[in-house]
Amino acid sequence: MKHQPLLRVRDLRCAYGAREVVRGISFDLWPGEVLAVVGESGSGKSTLLNAVAARHTPSAGTVEFAVRPAAGAAASLQDIYAMTEAQRRVLARTDWGFVHQHAADGLRMNVSAGANVSERLMALGQRHYGRLREQAADWLQRVEIDPARMDDRPDTFSGGMRQRLQIARNLITAPRLVFMDEPTSGLDVSVQARLLDMLRMLTREMQLAAIVVTHDLAVARLLAQRMVVMQGGHAVEAGLTDQLLDDPQHPYTQLLVSSVLPP
Amino acid sequence: MSDTSPLLYMEGVHKRFVLHLQNQTVLDVLRDFSLRVLPGECVRLSGPSGMGKSTALKLAFGNYQASAGRIDMRAADGTMVDITRANPREIVQLRASAVGYVSQFLRVIPRVAAIDVVAEPLLERGPDGNPRMESAAARAEAARWLDRLRIPQSLWQLPPATFSGGEQQRINIARSFIRTRPLLLLDEPTASLDPLNTATVIELILAARAQGVGIVGIFHDPEVAAAVASRSVAMQAPSP
Repeated sequence: MKHQPLLRVRDLRCAYGAREVVRGISFDLWPGEVLAVVGESGSGKSTLLNAVAARHTPSAGTVEFAVRPAAGAAASLQDIYAMTEAQRRVLARTDWGFVHQHAADGLRMNVSAGANVSERLMALGQRHYGRLREQAADWLQRVEIDPARMDDRPDTFSGGMRQRLQIARNLITAPRLVFMDEPTSGLDVSVQARLLDMLRMLTREMQLAAIVVTHDLAVARLLAQRMVVMQGGHAVEAGLTDQLLDDPQHPYTQLLVSSVLPP
Repeated sequence: MSDTSPLLYMEGVHKRFVLHLQNQTVLDVLRDFSLRVLPGECVRLSGPSGMGKSTALKLAFGNYQASAGRIDMRAADGTMVDITRANPREIVQLRASAVGYVSQFLRVIPRVAAIDVVAEPLLERGPDGNPRMESAAARAEAARWLDRLRIPQSLWQLPPATFSGGEQQRINIARSFIRTRPLLLLDEPTASLDPLNTATVIELILAARAQGVGIVGIFHDPEVAAAVASRSVAMQAPSP
């Protein structure tokens, strides 16, 4: 298991009509590894994330995931776009998570926080009400939400709480890979710090692999061991996060790094 | 220690920065640098500022990318890995098990208490996939290090962002020495410490050497250098 990547992306291309916005991206992601994808708006980073997460069909290239094997069998990389829609759906709600920039896109705003958190378990066939509530309460606590708020709807929560609720909702099935699209932008800095600290701790404790799209280099430095810099649909530079930030080689990476105001 | 194969072997290492945004300005900060570090020795890089001493350490840690030359490092399994060709994953593994680096500055993590910053290396997962220590034991060990480096107990639960330079430096030292790796890179570890704490750091370095840790360090204070270094390499200005 350890000798095989969790995810293998090869020469991925995405287009909207005639306009190609992801132009040949390849990378491997290993279990427990966090990869940051950085670049400015329009660089293709969110489209790349969606294509890898089976949310946007690419125009060319492959995305393979080491599907959790049946007992005894070896895990093998399987092309996610060669799977049936049903297989992809199972993957997306068990072994994967997707944290949206806007919590409203990732939560059901009209049902309780507890129902939001336990939805994936119910989809997997768990029916015991008491057990579901117990696990939901446990996860609310892990993301620092008072379990007394379990029956409240997310639209009564603050932005930071909603984002933490979204994380609990995704992690309750102990996925191995989580996709995050700008998970901290739009939050106050103090709320951001809390969320980042939590994500850092959870990825380590659960040995989660993650792909984090962000325009914030500080988020990349804090969360990710590896980084890809995108510009105009290409990966212009990729490598160790601290090496890219402290010794950027490509003119565009140098521009990004030098454009940040140090606090 | 009769181990005579090197922990670090740098040969013909060159570092050139090309500043694309400043009219392609080229800076050659290190030229044809070679260094061999054996277990138990402490090599001092000496010379005035601007000779590339810190650059050499950053290259050895994989923080900077070498422009030419090779940098072989002994991995935990005894094989030599050329970090100028290694992939990011291999470098992450080397940092977890083969090489530590103490800079003058602590990169603080928001919200994380000093004691947890120090304990963190003990909570990383080992080669077997399990944390190296359970968290209560790791915190107890971190407390011993904070105590030894005279960080007042009232600060242990606070994030180090607001600490003084000397306090931050001691947090950094505790974090690195709590789990020693076979090779240690030290960039002015006593720069902002008082004499008492400087003496403690000298003891720590000597104890690490006695255990067979190989060290490369930059020590501006001649007394510290005389106390810890087994030999010195004079860095020279890169000729134009």
